[in-house]
Amino acid sequence: MLAESTVRPERDPAPLSRTRSGRRPGPVYTKGSILTTAILFVVGIYFLLPAWWLVVSSTKGPSSLYSSEGLWFGHFDLWRNLTGLFTYNGDIYLRWLLNTVLYAGVGALLATALSAAAGFALAKYEFRGRELIFSIILGGVLVPATALALPLYLLMSKVHLTDTYWSVFLPSIVSPFGVYLARIYASASVPDELLEAARLDGAGEFRTFVSIAARIMSPALVTIFLFQFVAIWNNFFLPLVMLSNQRLYPVTLGLYSWNDQYGQAPQLVSYVIIGALVSVIPLVIAFLSLQRFWRSGLTAGSVKL
Amino acid sequence: MTAITQEAAVAVAAPPRRRAARKRIQGAPALFLAPFALLFTVFFLVPIGYAIYESLYRVHVSGLGLGPTGTVFAGFANYTQALSSSGFVSGLERVLLFGVVQIPVMLVFATLLAMLLDSAAARFQRFFRPAFFLPYGIPGVIASILWSFLYLPGLSPIVSGLKTMGFGSVNFLGVHTVLWSIANIVTWEYTGYNMLIIYAGLQAIPKELYEAARMDGASEWKIATRVKLPMVFSSVVLTAVFSIIGTLQLFSEPQVLRAVTTNISSTFTPNLDAYTQAFTANNPNEAAAIAVILAVGTFILSFGFLRLTSRRGGLGR
Repeated sequence: MLAESTVRPERDPAPLSRTRSGRRPGPVYTKGSILTTAILFVVGIYFLLPAWWLVVSSTKGPSSLYSSEGLWFGHFDLWRNLTGLFTYNGDIYLRWLLNTVLYAGVGALLATALSAAAGFALAKYEFRGRELIFSIILGGVLVPATALALPLYLLMSKVHLTDTYWSVFLPSIVSPFGVYLARIYASASVPDELLEAARLDGAGEFRTFVSIAARIMSPALVTIFLFQFVAIWNNFFLPLVMLSNQRLYPVTLGLYSWNDQYGQAPQLVSYVIIGALVSVIPLVIAFLSLQRFWRSGLTAGSVKL
Repeated sequence: MTAITQEAAVAVAAPPRRRAARKRIQGAPALFLAPFALLFTVFFLVPIGYAIYESLYRVHVSGLGLGPTGTVFAGFANYTQALSSSGFVSGLERVLLFGVVQIPVMLVFATLLAMLLDSAAARFQRFFRPAFFLPYGIPGVIASILWSFLYLPGLSPIVSGLKTMGFGSVNFLGVHTVLWSIANIVTWEYTGYNMLIIYAGLQAIPKELYEAARMDGASEWKIATRVKLPMVFSSVVLTAVFSIIGTLQLFSEPQVLRAVTTNISSTFTPNLDAYTQAFTANNPNEAAAIAVILAVGTFILSFGFLRLTSRRGGLGR
């Protein structure tokens, strides 16, 4: 992939600069490096401690949650928590997970496709009003999602679309930031000559876009997908105002509703904790393994700003 | 494919047909743009317009609420009502105070971490970088639920740990502390993400620049402050703009923490206020006015900040 080849070379500057600054080759444990590592270690504890607590607590039942040492294992109840989580109130938790995949996964996929096409059009064709359209879309980047949610709710309730999948799904597939990234990337990396050559070879515009431009743009498309995925998955306000039927909830809203009720049903504390862990694990893995796409996309974005 | 054979035919055929092909190219950008443009209009532009419209009207109830209701044009009445209600104003002041303190703290923290990770002195970068980035992979609501447990006496190892260390019983959810407990959640969530943006900027600096600075006898500290910092300035600006937008929208963290404390009122932040107005107070018009005020405020602040810094950054670049 393109990002790999462009990001990789700058990825490991350490060996080079180490010999430069340390004069002696090989790892040198200077005062500075020990201090730096110590600081990073302490900061690492700050970032990882809550995650550690989550892992440890998900193995405890409601009673040992309060009685045992918070940062270490108590009575081991992981399996009971897991079966409880997936059977409480029918299969509601599984439903929430699937809904999340639908909203965030499919939503981000569609958003990426729409953004790619729009960004490509704005980058590679000359037409009247192009800059105006781009400016309006760019303005959309600065419009906060929560400011849109309320008027959207009011509008959707007029057409009786609230409390449906569509009410959360459709607004989620619009990503002005995605169009912005796609345009920057397309104008920088898709050569006009290549498009011209494809046209001369008789390929239609749509085919040129799908089989040539989109392929070159693929690193940017991964970044757009990631951004939109997180944006949808993090957008709590929209499903909160739109949905009242529990079976349509994404997992975040579901866990929030349990968290609000555990005063009445104590076992829910354990389910909130294990539910949070289960929902977060696949995401964290995907996140960490796709880190380089964040960086490449973010550099593209900040260079233009 | 028929399209290809047609195109091939066009290429060898007479000029008029070539003109037809060009016309099709002219239509292509419209087709590529259409799906996005349609949805953008329906789910961005129309709601914005509708919010503005709603904010200018008011439900008129006649006869003790039993008579017919209708909407009447209210001018800026909803705006003046929002701006003069103590709940909204104190909520606005609260997020501004939050932003003035939390954003600089977080960005200095993120910049320092990026620099430390980028410096030759750092070890185990492959472990630390993902560790710092991990919280961003946890959605805000779940992070807030997680931290609400870590603030809760009886459940929290932090509260009990501080007690055994002799700090007494620290109340993270008190009237004066809860805002900063929220600030901690936001800092925990977004520092790693901001760090990554700045780190990407640092990695893009050509290494020859450092070499040249060292030849001129610059210390590592000087290189950090005179070379690295100005070079990543635009990345820091980007993180600041994202943070300003996020802070004014503050909603999920306080909303989640309301489950464990009574010290977060229904107007704690402007967004909470808007939510309350729309769903509890049944006053969608004022809620729309608050949404418009927030959007305009966000726009002015983030755009103003960009203008301000691009003038300064222009000198550095």
